[in-house]
Amino acid sequence: MRQELLNRLRLLLWAGAATGLAVASLVLFVLTLAGFPLVLVWIGLPMVFGGIVAVRPIGNVHRRYAGALLGRELGSPYLRPVPGNLLVRLRALLADPATWRDLAWLTVNATVGLALSLMAIVEAILDLLFWWLPAGVLIRVHAYLACALLAPNDRTTLAQRVQQLTESRAETVDTSAAELRRIERDLHDGAQARLVALGMSLGMAEEQLARDPDAVRALLAEARETSSQALTELRDLVRGIHPPVLADRGLVGAVQALCLASPIPIAVQADVPQRLPAPVESAAYFAVAETVTNVIKHSGATAAEVRLEHRDGALHLQVSDNGTGGADPARGTGLRGIERRLGAFDGTLAVQSPPGGPTVAAMVLPCALSSPRTSPSCGTG
Amino acid sequence: MRVVIAEDLALLRDGLIRLLEAHDFEVLEAVDNGPSLLRALTEHRPDVAVVDVRLPPTFTDEGLRAALEARAAVPGLPVLVLSQYVEQLYARELLADRSGGVGYLLKDRVFNVGQFVDAVRQVAAGGTAMDPEVVGQLLSRRSAADEPIGTLTPREREVLALMAEGRSNAAIGARMFITEKAVSKHTNSIFTRLGLPPSEDDNRRVLAVLAYLNS
Repeated sequence: MRQELLNRLRLLLWAGAATGLAVASLVLFVLTLAGFPLVLVWIGLPMVFGGIVAVRPIGNVHRRYAGALLGRELGSPYLRPVPGNLLVRLRALLADPATWRDLAWLTVNATVGLALSLMAIVEAILDLLFWWLPAGVLIRVHAYLACALLAPNDRTTLAQRVQQLTESRAETVDTSAAELRRIERDLHDGAQARLVALGMSLGMAEEQLARDPDAVRALLAEARETSSQALTELRDLVRGIHPPVLADRGLVGAVQALCLASPIPIAVQADVPQRLPAPVESAAYFAVAETVTNVIKHSGATAAEVRLEHRDGALHLQVSDNGTGGADPARGTGLRGIERRLGAFDGTLAVQSPPGGPTVAAMVLPCALSSPRTSPSCGTG
Repeated sequence: MRVVIAEDLALLRDGLIRLLEAHDFEVLEAVDNGPSLLRALTEHRPDVAVVDVRLPPTFTDEGLRAALEARAAVPGLPVLVLSQYVEQLYARELLADRSGGVGYLLKDRVFNVGQFVDAVRQVAAGGTAMDPEVVGQLLSRRSAADEPIGTLTPREREVLALMAEGRSNAAIGARMFITEKAVSKHTNSIFTRLGLPPSEDDNRRVLAVLAYLNS
């Protein structure tokens, strides 16, 4: 009874608030509408820009309230803002399908919404007087209307997905270009230079063969040493590109080899029935390798554990240690690098690391190379 | 001494044949893939086999697998594995049957011809020859105080490392600039600390290496 009364009071409050917002919508609608033709004389530019930016908080309030009333989670349909000057930002905003749905909502909310919320005030007052009547009918209609126009639909979800893919592709391209530069530099400064030195030593040895056999012996020893160093460098480089044991034994073998070589004992538990696609194996290996390196370098742990598991069409990787904790993905560049690596495959990284430890880094890597992620959010409205 | 060689790169294969023949080895057969290796090993039963890890047809660890399979068929068949890289994982697999007569070296150790030929002879005689890179990793790992290895003195560790690489006491002495007698004093104390009772001397050297590979 008391609860019901409070509920009805709340409906009255929201009807009032919605009326206020509808009036604001009307003003914004007129301003924005007037702004479009005025863009020709520049003054309209800030009007349009301001209009489509200002409608977002109004939309968000409705999204939250309609979601709460209808028991649904209405996600945000907007694309991430792009950096740049006013014109660039305005263009990006106009290209966002959510903007046009917002404007449609603005139109509807300034007219039908205004009428509905005004009537809802009357209804809410009547509800308070005749409390046995069913309450909040118009408010519900209003909420359905908001849900239909404001919840993310296929178009906005698709646009978000495209933006996300574009970003992860750009990052992947950047990363691989940087990697190629690193390999080129390492070869140029390392193995290549050593081979030149080797050739020089051999040339000098050839020249001195008749005159000074002792010097030749020294030169040959030097040449042998140089060739060993060149090989060591090439070996390290190869490991950085694609560890041979990963090619030989796959992810599980490579992770076992990695953990065997670690200065602290690391247990490996694996349930991966077969070899995975090579790019996934590589990404997963380097993600684990980097996490393990973090554990050894920073955590102060005396033991750690790696779990590899393939289930539900995804590879689940978990690295846990008994160290001091306090790892933060927002700060660590290593962790950010892992996120980027996994991001190219729609993979995720979650780190739990309370101060004092223990730290658990959980990574999920979908194994199918394309993974549709469009989920329905607002049925028929 | 009769030897079988497995190496898929013709240049390296010819080099190995030339090198071993120059040191009075008899090369029975030189093969370039895994299945032929297995056949050659079980057919010829050589005194020692020198095997590359990565061989056709799979170009993964075909050579290592063939060698392990041959050792299962011919127990104690001496195998020296050469590789472009060394992994503890593979070293453990080679030593898993605890019977010795195995070696695992980086390919560039061949450059030091004398040491390489010594290693081949050690393996043929039933000893072990682990690459310094593997040994180094093991020693850095097994330093916890609660492990028997952790109780070794730095000098003893150095001796153990050289022993694992397949050197004789004389070679270890020359390398560390100490007398052979001092080396055998160190080895005895290593055996005591690792809990290896006196038996035939050669065996204990293998067991000492196995002790920390398997601990």
